[in-house]
Amino acid sequence: MPQLWLRLATVLYGLGLLQSLYQLVRRRAGEDLSRFAIPAVGLGMVFHLVSVVERALLFGYGDLLTIRYAGSGLALLIVIIFMALFARFKTASPGVFVFPLVFLLTFASAVGQQSDMAPVFRSKGWIATHVALLLIGYAALFLSFVASLLYIVQSRSLKSKQPATWLSRMPALQVIDDLGYKALLAGFPFMTIGLIAGSVVAQEQFGPTYFFDPKVLLSLLMWGVYVVLIYTRWSSGWRGRKAAYMATFAFVAAVFAWAANYVSPLHRFVAP
Amino acid sequence: MNFFVIGVNHKTAPVEVRERFAIPESRLPEATQALTSYSGVEEGMIVSTCNRVEIFARAKNGDCDLHGFVRQYYGFRQGEYEQYTFEHKHLDAVKHVFRVAASLDSMVVGESQILGQVKEAYATARAMGAVQSQLDALMSRAFQVAKKVRTDTQIATSSVSVASVAVELAEKIFGTLSGKSVYLVGAGKMCELAARHLIAHGAKKIYVSNRTYERAVALAKKFQGEAIPFESLYDSVAKADIIISSTGAPHAIFRKEHGEKFLAQRRNKPMFFIDIAVPRDVDAALNDLDGIFVYDVDDLQQVVQSHIGDRRREAERAEALVQEEVLKFQQRLQQADVVPTIVSLQEHLETIRQAEIDRLRGRLGTLTPEQEIAVEALTRGIVNKIMHTPITTLKSAAREGEQATTVVEIVRKLFNLRSAHANQRGQACDAEQPVPVAAAAKINGSSNP
Repeated sequence: MPQLWLRLATVLYGLGLLQSLYQLVRRRAGEDLSRFAIPAVGLGMVFHLVSVVERALLFGYGDLLTIRYAGSGLALLIVIIFMALFARFKTASPGVFVFPLVFLLTFASAVGQQSDMAPVFRSKGWIATHVALLLIGYAALFLSFVASLLYIVQSRSLKSKQPATWLSRMPALQVIDDLGYKALLAGFPFMTIGLIAGSVVAQEQFGPTYFFDPKVLLSLLMWGVYVVLIYTRWSSGWRGRKAAYMATFAFVAAVFAWAANYVSPLHRFVAP
Repeated sequence: MNFFVIGVNHKTAPVEVRERFAIPESRLPEATQALTSYSGVEEGMIVSTCNRVEIFARAKNGDCDLHGFVRQYYGFRQGEYEQYTFEHKHLDAVKHVFRVAASLDSMVVGESQILGQVKEAYATARAMGAVQSQLDALMSRAFQVAKKVRTDTQIATSSVSVASVAVELAEKIFGTLSGKSVYLVGAGKMCELAARHLIAHGAKKIYVSNRTYERAVALAKKFQGEAIPFESLYDSVAKADIIISSTGAPHAIFRKEHGEKFLAQRRNKPMFFIDIAVPRDVDAALNDLDGIFVYDVDDLQQVVQSHIGDRRREAERAEALVQEEVLKFQQRLQQADVVPTIVSLQEHLETIRQAEIDRLRGRLGTLTPEQEIAVEALTRGIVNKIMHTPITTLKSAAREGEQATTVVEIVRKLFNLRSAHANQRGQACDAEQPVPVAAAAKINGSSNP
């Protein structure tokens, strides 16, 4: 049953995705997006939530922490944040970037094979903390990345001296900027504590060798970029292009760290 | 549909002519009075603004000579003014009213002032009883149409003056202007105007710098701002978020290296340069810096032009909407039109029936109560049978709308009915409108037009 809800959610997110692609092609204002895609994605979010809760009740929350469903969990977090922002700022423009990612993450969870081995860890609490905190960290980082892209789009449009009408509903430059920075700041503690929690578990389970796992290394790289990103912003107020390059770099690192699940012995949960 | 309008506007007459037509607010009630007491005019209303003078009237019987009124009121001679006026009748007049109220006829299409002005004129005319029944219905409909045009199209969403575009752009950069600071370089009129606009939208702190320090002080005083000597210009500009420059300097005073310095001082917080000086005060290369936005007069003008273009496209949608509303209004009026005819037809036949019974009563002799009832029933039956077809024809004509007026005319001619107004003369005047409209709703079944 949870799988059915998840698939339903995927289809609804797909509608949102189609709408955002259409919007990119037609270059029309975000009003089109919100009229049709927002209800679809909102409904998708509800099914998604139902699916996650039901799965947790049926199989225990440990099941949500498998690689397969962590993606769906991340997608759910991102959608919830997106919806909250929509309610607050009445803007659906991040949807152009948010919907494709959400769709892909959910799609992967919805159609994948039921082959993940359940993690056999001694300290389930730590693992849960590790995964949950990192998911929030990823969501915040992604949001900040989206904000920096929107910043560039809006800034270009203003500099071109012909503010395009399809952008007219985007939030103001400074609002986007604030949003990205706040997301970055909010995500940092989650990311940090999440990584620490992971190290504690790994240390306990595998001993010091865990450190040379590819995913661990990539995660540390991502964390490093994250720190630099916050530092440059804080010390010299980097915005716009430079900040966007940094954010892109951090995001790419995050994507690799995430994808490393497939090459990391630790995170495939294969006992060494 | 006896609506008429005559007037001058920015399209038909130059300002010298419009001035002669303009009626100051203080004299508007008197002019409206003169209009409604002019022969043939039942209701009237006058809108007078700097761009237009419009004289609306509803005629008593089919026609009224508004040119006559214009000649009488303004004392013009025939052939002296006609080339400047426009005139619309009936359905065209309705459309004209809708377009004026919806700001489709304005110089700057979509501006919102005109609706307020029409509403004021309406309030004046209504207060003195010059607008009562049908003209009242027309005006309230016009206000609804105007509102619909504003909400359903984007005709009024973009700014179309240089100062308001500057504010709009500033809001696109900073979100809200509240708490933002503005730096005026040069103490000219344009600077002052733009600053006023920004302050109205929440800008807080104002700095003024000018080559002649006294003028800076004088302007700063007006906004409770701070005057800064011109020598310390470069050290102080970074304090401001928005810089409006309008000096007479022959060369750019802000160059790229200045911009880099400002950004470093501000830790890359965005800056918005509005350059209204010709020759320009701000080097265009500044716009290449991340975080600095430069708009000169031409750029602002270009945005204004593109907004005007947007409005024009939206105006086309609005025109279609107005056309639709005109037809709806016409249908509604036609439905209201057949009711008096039905009523007078019924009255007419009832009078005949009564007269005939009274005439023959002598010959019938005394009747038993049963016979009395039978005679009543017999005559009533005949009358109702005769009336049935004309009434159903009238009702269906009203529903279809197209030939309602013709059918009404035919029925009136066939039964030799006098005009609806003549029939209603005896009734209370203000009962005239509510009755037909309510009845029209009944005829229509249920739907509310």
